[in-house]
Amino acid sequence: MSKKPVEKKSDPKTTGHIWDGIQEFDNPMPRWWLWTFYATIIWGIGYTMLYPAWPLISGVTHGLWGGSTREEVAADIKAFDDANAAIEAKLAAAPLASIATDAELGPFAQNAGKAVFQTWCAQCHGAGAGGAKGFPNLLDNDWLWGGTIDDIHYSVTHGIRNTTDADARFSQMPAFGDILEPADIDAVVNHVLNISGQEHDAALAAKGVQVFTDNCAACHGVDGKGDRAQGAPNLTDAIWLYGGDAATVTETVTKARFGVMPAWTGRLSESDIRAVASYVHSLGGGEQ
Amino acid sequence: MWDYIKLVALGAIAVLAAIAANYAHDLAYMVNALTIMLAAAMAFVWTLRGAEENRPEPVHEYNDGVVRAGAIATTLWGVVGFLVGTIIAFQLAFPVLNIEWAEGYLNFGKLRPLHTSAVIFAFGGNALIMASFYIVQRTTAARLWGGNLAWFVFWGYQLVIVLAATGYLLGATQSKEYAEPEWYVDWWLTIVWVAFLLVFLGTLIKRREPHIYVANWFLLSFIVTVAMLHVVNNISIPVSFLGSKSVQVFAGVQDAMVQWWYGHNAVGFFLTAGFLGMMYYFVPKQAERPVYSYKLSIIHFWALIFLYIWAGPHHLHYTALPDWATTLGMVFSIILWMPSWGGMINGLMTLSGAWDKLRTDPILRMMVVSIGFYGMATFEGPMMSIKAVNSLSHYTDWTIGHVHSGALGWNGMITFGVLYYLVPRLWGRERLYSLSLVSWHFWLATIGIVLYAASMWVTGIMEGLMWREVDANGFLVNAFADTVAAKHPMYVVRGLGGVMYLTGALIMTYNLWATVAKQPARSALSVPVPAE
Repeated sequence: MSKKPVEKKSDPKTTGHIWDGIQEFDNPMPRWWLWTFYATIIWGIGYTMLYPAWPLISGVTHGLWGGSTREEVAADIKAFDDANAAIEAKLAAAPLASIATDAELGPFAQNAGKAVFQTWCAQCHGAGAGGAKGFPNLLDNDWLWGGTIDDIHYSVTHGIRNTTDADARFSQMPAFGDILEPADIDAVVNHVLNISGQEHDAALAAKGVQVFTDNCAACHGVDGKGDRAQGAPNLTDAIWLYGGDAATVTETVTKARFGVMPAWTGRLSESDIRAVASYVHSLGGGEQ
Repeated sequence: MWDYIKLVALGAIAVLAAIAANYAHDLAYMVNALTIMLAAAMAFVWTLRGAEENRPEPVHEYNDGVVRAGAIATTLWGVVGFLVGTIIAFQLAFPVLNIEWAEGYLNFGKLRPLHTSAVIFAFGGNALIMASFYIVQRTTAARLWGGNLAWFVFWGYQLVIVLAATGYLLGATQSKEYAEPEWYVDWWLTIVWVAFLLVFLGTLIKRREPHIYVANWFLLSFIVTVAMLHVVNNISIPVSFLGSKSVQVFAGVQDAMVQWWYGHNAVGFFLTAGFLGMMYYFVPKQAERPVYSYKLSIIHFWALIFLYIWAGPHHLHYTALPDWATTLGMVFSIILWMPSWGGMINGLMTLSGAWDKLRTDPILRMMVVSIGFYGMATFEGPMMSIKAVNSLSHYTDWTIGHVHSGALGWNGMITFGVLYYLVPRLWGRERLYSLSLVSWHFWLATIGIVLYAASMWVTGIMEGLMWREVDANGFLVNAFADTVAAKHPMYVVRGLGGVMYLTGALIMTYNLWATVAKQPARSALSVPVPAE
C-alpha cells in the first residue's frame, strides 16, 4: 500500500477516495473561474442572437444584427472601386502614349501599375522586374516583342504563346536536334558565340556561318540581331534569356525554347492593364 | 490451438502482402506492402518459436513491459520528430537545403507531414499509450486486461507509424492535414485503436478500486473520440486494392468541415484531453499532494469534452463555409476558454503547499511549465478564433507559433516530465542518472520554445499586416515575396529555437539511457499489483 502524504492542519477535506496514493481535495470551484465561465456562456448566447448562428430545418437564424463576412469584403472592395471609378474610366479611355505625361493619370498609373505588377507579374519577372532564367528582364532596353507602350500593352493584354487568346503573340523555334547533325549544331553554336563576342573555336565558327544562314537567319536575321516581329532574340548582345554559354546555347538549339505568358484580359481590368504597361514602360527600357 | 490460428493468419497476411507488392500500382504501396510482409513474417517466426510453450500470465504483477517499450518508443520518435522539425525550419529559412538530388523525397513538402505526424502521433501517441497503460493499472490496481493484446497495440501502432512515414516520403497521402495516411493505414490504425480501447476498457471493468480516477475519464474520452474522428474523417474509397490512392467520400466545403472537425478535435482530444489525463496522474504523484478540487475536475471535464467538439469551424473563417457555422465555431471556442483553464487551475493549485519543491525538483518544474504553456495556448486559441483576430492571424506564422507553444510547451514538456518520472520506476532504479542534466534539458527546452513562439508571433503579425496593407487607392502595397523576404531573420531564430529543443531532447535521451545502464538496480523489476 502506498503511504499517505503528510497533511498539514490547514488542508481542506478530501473526498475520501485514494488511488495509488493520490487523493482529491473537496475544494469548491474557484469563484472567478465559475463566473468567467458563466459570463462567456451568456456572451455566447447574446452573440448568437445578434449574428447568423443556428441551423434550422431549412435555413438558419440570421440574427438581429445580421451581416455576412462575404458582404463585408465585397463592401470593402466596392468602396475602393467606387472611389477609383472615375479615374479608372479615364485611364481606360486615354491614348496610351499620353498616360505617362498626364498630371492626373501618370502618378495614378505608376502607383496602380506597381501594385498590379507585384501581385500578378512578380512571380515570374521578379519583385524588382529583373527577370529570371526564361523570364525576361524588364529593366533593360532589350525587348523581344518591342518596348513601346503599345507593344507592352499588347503583350500584357494578349500574352505570349498561350492557348487561351487567339491574338497572343506567337512564334516557335524548332528543336534543331531533330534537324541538324551534332557537328552542325556545334558549328552554329560557335558562330553564335563569335557574333556575341565570346570565346569560340574559329574554325567551327567559320563553318557555322553557313549553317546559321540556312537555318537561323530567317528569324534571327543574317547578322543575328533578331526580329521583334517574331519575338526572335538578338544574339549579338550580352543579354540572354536562358543563358549564353556554350552548353546552354547548345541546349537551346537542340531542344528549342517555348516561353509562355498568360493573357491578362479578363483577369485584369483595362485600366489595370494600362497601368501595369505604363509602369513597365517607365522602368528604364521603355521606347517611344 | 490459438497459436496455430495466429500462425495461419500471419502466414496468410505475409503471402497476401507479397502478392500485393508484386502487383502494386505505385512505389509507396509496394514499399508499404513489403513492410507489412516483413512485419507479418517476423511476427510469424516469433509466434512459431514460442508456440505451445507454457506461459502463465503473471496475474499478480502489473504489465510494465509494454510501458517500458512505450517509454523507449516515445523517446526515440520524439528525437526523430524534433530533428525533422529542425531540418524543415532551416529549409524554410534557407531554401537551398531542399537538396536538389533529394527533390521529391526530402524537400519541405514531403518532410513537413513527416514532422507533424512524427511529433503528434509517433511521439505524442506513444506517450499517450504508454501513460494510459501505466496510469490505468495503478489507479485500478489491476493488471492490463487482454494478456498480450497490449503488446499488439504497441507493435501495431509502431507499424502504423512506419507505414505512414515511408508512405509520405514516397508520395502516398490523402492530402488531409494530420490525416495524411492512405486508406490501408487508416484501416490498420482502426483495428489497433479498437484493441487499445478494449485493453483500456477491460482493465477499467476489472478494476479493484470502487471509483474511476479522473485521469481515466480523460484517457477514455480521448480513446473513444479519436476513434470516432479517425473513422469519419477517413471515409474514402480506394481507387484499387493494389494502389495507395483513394478518393474521399466528402467533397468541397463538406470535406473541409469534416477535416477541421477532425483536425481541431485531434488537438482537443489527442493533445488536450489525453495529456490532461497524464497531468492528472503524474503531477499529484510528483508533487506528492492531493488534486486541488474534485468538483472542478468533474465540471471542467464534462464542459471540455462537450464544447471542444463544436469548435472546428473556427479553422475555416472567411472561407466557403457559411457564416452561421463559423459563428458557432467561434462562440464555442470562446466558451471553451474556462473549461480548458480548469485543467490548468487543478494542475497548478495541486502544488499549493508544495511550491518550494519547484526549487529543488526540476521534473516538477518541467510539469509546471508545461501547465503554464497549456494555459497560455488555451487562452491564445479562443482569442485567435475570434473572427476579427482571425482575419489577421489566419494563414500566417502566428498559427504555427500557437501550435508549437502548445505542442513543444504543453505536450512536450509534460511528456519529458513523465519520462523522467517513469524510467527509474519502470527499470527499478533508485533515481535518475543526473538531475543537473534534467535542469539543462529544462532550460534549453524552455528558451527554445520562447525563441520559437516569439519569432512566430513577430513574423505572423508582421506578414498579416503586410498582406492586408493597401494604399489610399486600395492597391496592395506588398508583393507576397516581400513578406517572405521580411520573415527571413525570424525564420533563423525559429530554427535556433528548434536546435535548442532538440539538444535538450538528446540530453534527456542520454540521461534516461544512463539511468537504465549505469544506475544500480533497486530491487526486482516487476511491481506487484497491490492486494485489496
